[in-house]
Amino acid sequence: MTSISSASPGLAMPDPKNRLFGPLPDVSAEAGYEEDHPKRVGFFTDTSVCIGCKACEVACKEWNTLPMDDSHGERDALGLSGMSYDNTGMLGANSWRHVAFIEQSRAVDLPMPTHRRPGDDRSAGGDLPAPDSGDLDSTAKAQASVLNAEALSEFDPQTGQTGADKQIRWLMSSDVCKHCTHAGCLDVCPTGALFRTEFGTVVVQGDICNGCGYCVAACPYGVIDQRKDDGRVFKCTMCYDRLTDGLQPACATACPTQSIQFGDLDELQERADARLATLKAQGVETARLYGRDENDGVGGDGAFFLLLDEPEVYGLPPDPIVTTRDLPAMWKAAGKAAAMMVGVAVTAILGSRRR
Amino acid sequence: MPGLGASFGRGGATNFLEDLANSDCIVIEGSNMAECHPVGFQWVGEAKARGAKIIHIDPRFTRTSAIADLHVPLRIGTDIAFLGGLINYVLSNELYFKDYVVAYTNAAALVGEEFVDSEDLDGLFSGYDAENRQYDQDTWKYEPEESEHSGSDNPAEAAEQDRTENDPAVQGSDRAQAAGSGGPPIASKPKRDESLQHPRSVFQILKRHFARYTPEMVSEACGIEPEVFEQVARWVTENSNRDRTTAWVYSVGWTQHSVGAQYIRTCSILQTLLGNIGRPGGGIMALRGHASIQGSTDVPTLFNLLPGYLPMPHAHQHSSLEEFVADAAGKAGFWGNKRDYMTSLLKAWWGEHAREENDFAFDYLPRIDGDHSSYRTIADMISGKVSGYFLVGENPGVGHPNSRMNRFGLANLDWLVVRDLQMIESATFWKEGPEHETGELKPETIATEVFFMPAATHVEKEGTFTQTQRVLQWRHKAVEPPNDARSDLWFYFHLGRILRERLKDSTDPRDRPLLDLTWDYPTEGETADPSAAAVLREINGYGPHGELLNSYMQMKSDGSTSGGCWIYTGVYADGVNQAARRKPAKEQGPVASEWGWAWPLNRRMLYNRASADPDGKPWSERKKYVWWDEDAGEWTGLDVPDFEKKKRPDYVPPDGAKAQDALAGNDPFVMQGDGKAWLYAPAGLVDGPLPTHYEPAESVVENPLYKQQANPTLEQFDGPWNRANPARSEVFPFQVTTYRLTEHHTAGGMSRTLPYLAELQPEFFVEISPELARLRGLSNGEFATLVSARTAIEAKVLVTERMRPIKLRDGTVVHQIGMPYHWSYAGISTGDAANDLLGIVMDANTHIQESKVSSCDIVAGRRPRGPELLEFVEAYRKRAGVQSGRVGVNGREPVDADAGQGSKL
Amino acid sequence: MPGVKTWLESWPVYRQLTGSDPLGRGKAARSKATEATVSRTATADRVVKSVCPYCAVGCAQNVYVKDEKIVQIEGDPNSPINRGRLCPKGSASKQLVTSPSRVTTVKYRRPHGTEWEDLELDTAMEMIADRVLDARRKGWQDTDDAGRTLRRTMGLASLGGATLDNEENYLMKKLYSALGAVQIENQARI
Repeated sequence: MTSISSASPGLAMPDPKNRLFGPLPDVSAEAGYEEDHPKRVGFFTDTSVCIGCKACEVACKEWNTLPMDDSHGERDALGLSGMSYDNTGMLGANSWRHVAFIEQSRAVDLPMPTHRRPGDDRSAGGDLPAPDSGDLDSTAKAQASVLNAEALSEFDPQTGQTGADKQIRWLMSSDVCKHCTHAGCLDVCPTGALFRTEFGTVVVQGDICNGCGYCVAACPYGVIDQRKDDGRVFKCTMCYDRLTDGLQPACATACPTQSIQFGDLDELQERADARLATLKAQGVETARLYGRDENDGVGGDGAFFLLLDEPEVYGLPPDPIVTTRDLPAMWKAAGKAAAMMVGVAVTAILGSRRR
Repeated sequence: MPGLGASFGRGGATNFLEDLANSDCIVIEGSNMAECHPVGFQWVGEAKARGAKIIHIDPRFTRTSAIADLHVPLRIGTDIAFLGGLINYVLSNELYFKDYVVAYTNAAALVGEEFVDSEDLDGLFSGYDAENRQYDQDTWKYEPEESEHSGSDNPAEAAEQDRTENDPAVQGSDRAQAAGSGGPPIASKPKRDESLQHPRSVFQILKRHFARYTPEMVSEACGIEPEVFEQVARWVTENSNRDRTTAWVYSVGWTQHSVGAQYIRTCSILQTLLGNIGRPGGGIMALRGHASIQGSTDVPTLFNLLPGYLPMPHAHQHSSLEEFVADAAGKAGFWGNKRDYMTSLLKAWWGEHAREENDFAFDYLPRIDGDHSSYRTIADMISGKVSGYFLVGENPGVGHPNSRMNRFGLANLDWLVVRDLQMIESATFWKEGPEHETGELKPETIATEVFFMPAATHVEKEGTFTQTQRVLQWRHKAVEPPNDARSDLWFYFHLGRILRERLKDSTDPRDRPLLDLTWDYPTEGETADPSAAAVLREINGYGPHGELLNSYMQMKSDGSTSGGCWIYTGVYADGVNQAARRKPAKEQGPVASEWGWAWPLNRRMLYNRASADPDGKPWSERKKYVWWDEDAGEWTGLDVPDFEKKKRPDYVPPDGAKAQDALAGNDPFVMQGDGKAWLYAPAGLVDGPLPTHYEPAESVVENPLYKQQANPTLEQFDGPWNRANPARSEVFPFQVTTYRLTEHHTAGGMSRTLPYLAELQPEFFVEISPELARLRGLSNGEFATLVSARTAIEAKVLVTERMRPIKLRDGTVVHQIGMPYHWSYAGISTGDAANDLLGIVMDANTHIQESKVSSCDIVAGRRPRGPELLEFVEAYRKRAGVQSGRVGVNGREPVDADAGQGSKL
Repeated sequence: MPGVKTWLESWPVYRQLTGSDPLGRGKAARSKATEATVSRTATADRVVKSVCPYCAVGCAQNVYVKDEKIVQIEGDPNSPINRGRLCPKGSASKQLVTSPSRVTTVKYRRPHGTEWEDLELDTAMEMIADRVLDARRKGWQDTDDAGRTLRRTMGLASLGGATLDNEENYLMKKLYSALGAVQIENQARI
């Protein structure tokens, strides 16, 4: 992964034409679309109203005819994950929406929320794997890192009944490709398989992708994934085909509670700001927006979230940085090389046609 | 839904889903709405966004609780105690809606002197017959306004009717359900005391009855802190008045109890006292679980009902049409027109063969004489009394409690027809399943012939579903069904056609009903599919000149009209299929009356006359809905008034008035004989005029309120295949409850077979608390074995703090296990069947089983395989003092197991 | 050489260098398949109005049909009940119709048989009719012990209806009643 340095030229002096970092008011124009291109669209996922029904997962799979998948990443090998009601596990080549389930409980006298996976014995806090233990996935790590096991061992469901129910929280959140303003996957794709659409979304072109897998490592969110038996990479397209027909993406269409909202990104951002203000006014101090800030490490997300806890709790990186932030300088050199290659190729073809 | 029928007059949800958005407080109790009705839940979300308080009362912390403002984790099976506590809170703090209660309920009615309340008999009401485990309901009646039956056309008949109501064979036949549209018949209007002070007034009886349900008692029975109870009480009462309304939402979390109907009654009493019925944002929302389960009670495939909640004729009561309608003759309310509805039904079925001189072919109808419900029939199958069985879109070998007993039933038939989309377990029981593992069943011993007949899906046929709030919606056919797949309409039409052809030369009188049946539906297409529209028109009914009826008010008892289900009359009003209307919601007002069609007469909210005060004015501007327009001289508003449009609010019925004319202008509950909501039910329920807290049959706890432990009228089947776990047994020390998950549907035939659903919940699991996990040495993600007196099953364990042990005052800790019931051996996502663990014990009102509470043991590891499983369970039975559960060939009683035979018929 | 020009213009790198997308991350990178993108709702032959078959909320569905096959099922936004939304089951209802494990031909298991056999639909109907008449006769009761009319058969029973149409339930109840069968039940009691 690209290391971050304050001396990075990209951060110190963004290239005004081809910026790979920082705010970008018009991603589509940046990608060569004419002025009359559609407005940038996106998802606002308000997790405070998510009921974890997974309609998004199914609607996505139905529309995109994805193969079935499971928590172990193996097709047709079904098994209970043991992770609350999450049997999808993570986003992947066959799961473009993933609903995370986080069970939390908080004892009366605890200053901060604690996070647990189902199955972690309440009294055996000391036995929990350390946060850096290698066999835990990122969600578990995130949860274990803020766990106050000692306090929980004193938690008695009988004596703690007064108001105790408010201390159980079950957070649900539908994750998806963020369609970053600065998309690492897109920037490193050597074949042009990944491209920015006229709607400002980031899509893989299956007829181009050669399965090199550079994009997989380049995604700061771990979203894009190779399909094992196919080799190519797959991820959310924000239902590009539906957008061309004036329809909403399948997940947002199905979502029963409007936890997933689709629309013009600027409108969604306004709506999200208002929703956040409402929740704050209602005393939901832990509410926050994620991926909304255009000054973040990816220039803001096309798919952003209202969360009720730290991003780590949901398995989201707290501070994602586009992996290609330092690339502009390198690209200049690469561009020159490409131009030279084109010149050679055109000459060769024209030459051969003449014969 | 007799709980609602006996309270308000119709057994359907009183309001509609979209109306929940108008609520100021929503209590979801006995329902996991976010998981089981996710799309309907959007209206709860809407209300919450507008500031409503959302309360979820449930033993488990579910996806519904996750969104609620407050989750109340009461001990399983204690809802009557909780709701009774709220009633007591409302009454003792005078928080009821007084004007509403005085005008629209039977609070002022006087009950007869012989009535003795359960408070005075330690949990029993007067009239209990311990031998038959039934009540004689005679002492529960009102004190009559005048001499009984004076309003009847035929006093002798009506008196006979009353007498036979207490006949065990009549009580057993589930008469209460006939209150689905039209409250239970009552002999006459009661004496009233408008001051509500008379000691025998319903109001005072209610006060005394619920006085024991104090916050402390609620706390003790339900295992919650008094503060939590008081929080609920405050939110509910603060949001129930002229300006504000509270809605209650329930589902099978209430009905599937041995006191299920009384759970709903308790809620009805509370919501009535609070003045929340018939008003926007109020009501009792009954959420039903199948696409047309409301339709299948309205147009019933039920043993005790004819279409429109007319009762099936009973051998002991109804030897003629005259006797059949006697209980309604001369009565107030719309039930008073029973003869019109029945005659029209008989005309729809037998056409020109139904004539005045042959009693409109009334004698063509078969008679019931007891309980012929599904579980009774299964028991009869095992004892060889049933020859053939049709399973039509139902999978009892997985979906019914004690599925094992159900499979034994199937193994003792001569033949079985299964109509389904997938090869469900109930079609393959003869070669696969747990009993094949144990050696109890073998293909060689099972004589049942099985026909698997492939069915058409919802898009391969046309017709109507009636959804949870009584709205009929027409589905158009999108494509033809593949290969041999056919609609059930096709199957039954052509089966009838073939049978009639076979018998066409018969002179046997028993064949006349079939041969005289109107059965000439037009067919279309290559497969000769009968026209569903023609059937719906027949259901709607025709007038004397062949015109489609607009309203059941047009029905006559002289044979000039027909109609297959009177409450559906109007679905083809003006000759138009009203159920197919799809005017976009955005082009309609707040009540989308032009989307589909709701019974009765397209009224979306029932009893909406009660949204106005007795003078016909809205109770408040904020909650205005239907009101009297003096200038126009009619009722008007946002919805179709559930009241005679021109009946003035100050109308007083003249002496001798009958049917609807006998109801006053301020009697909103138009299907009730007295036009009132019933706080006290003098008739209609077999286990008491008022709800009383009883423990579930397999409770691990002693009844904290009364000596009477469980419902004294509960029904049980005894046999080696249905052994009961003793109450408070140390061998079966944990409570277990069954439920659905969002990702699956009922017995799984429509979800375990679909890849995208199967992978979301890929295996059978049970949910337990960390405390129980510790107690029994269970680990998350590992197998555990659950044991009851029926059998043992295994499941993966999900350890979660969402499951909570309950500690009672005396120190008892009650552990509750959650067990979704979707699985069995077929399909993509598989596991043992949860329902194998359950026994069958039933609410005597409804014959619905108590699958929401039973008891079991749970131990770590997988269950024994093969015959060892039988030994394992038998050892548990022995320790618990339960009779042997060993069965003979095909599950029959060990003694009369004659191998290789099907039914004994 | 228009052919070559078109071919050349379709080559991403050429477009990248000559167009407005010098980094080749957008317009210049569009492939043939991308240019040809079309939604399968747009190409459907017709949209049929239906209702979800799972729970009782009654969500309205739009069923998209192409070449007499279902290509997509989604919520009908016009419905006042579901406003176009569906749960996971409703969203999976196309799979309910197109499921590869769906059984679409008649299967027959003879008494004591160990395997399914195939049967013609018409034959099965005739066989079922035989059995209905036989069971009806075996379980027939004219009167009870006290001589009261019963006019019924206890020889055959039926279970199911909550997932069926009203019209289907109606024909079932009508036919069964005319046959004298009374043990007719459905999920409403379960």
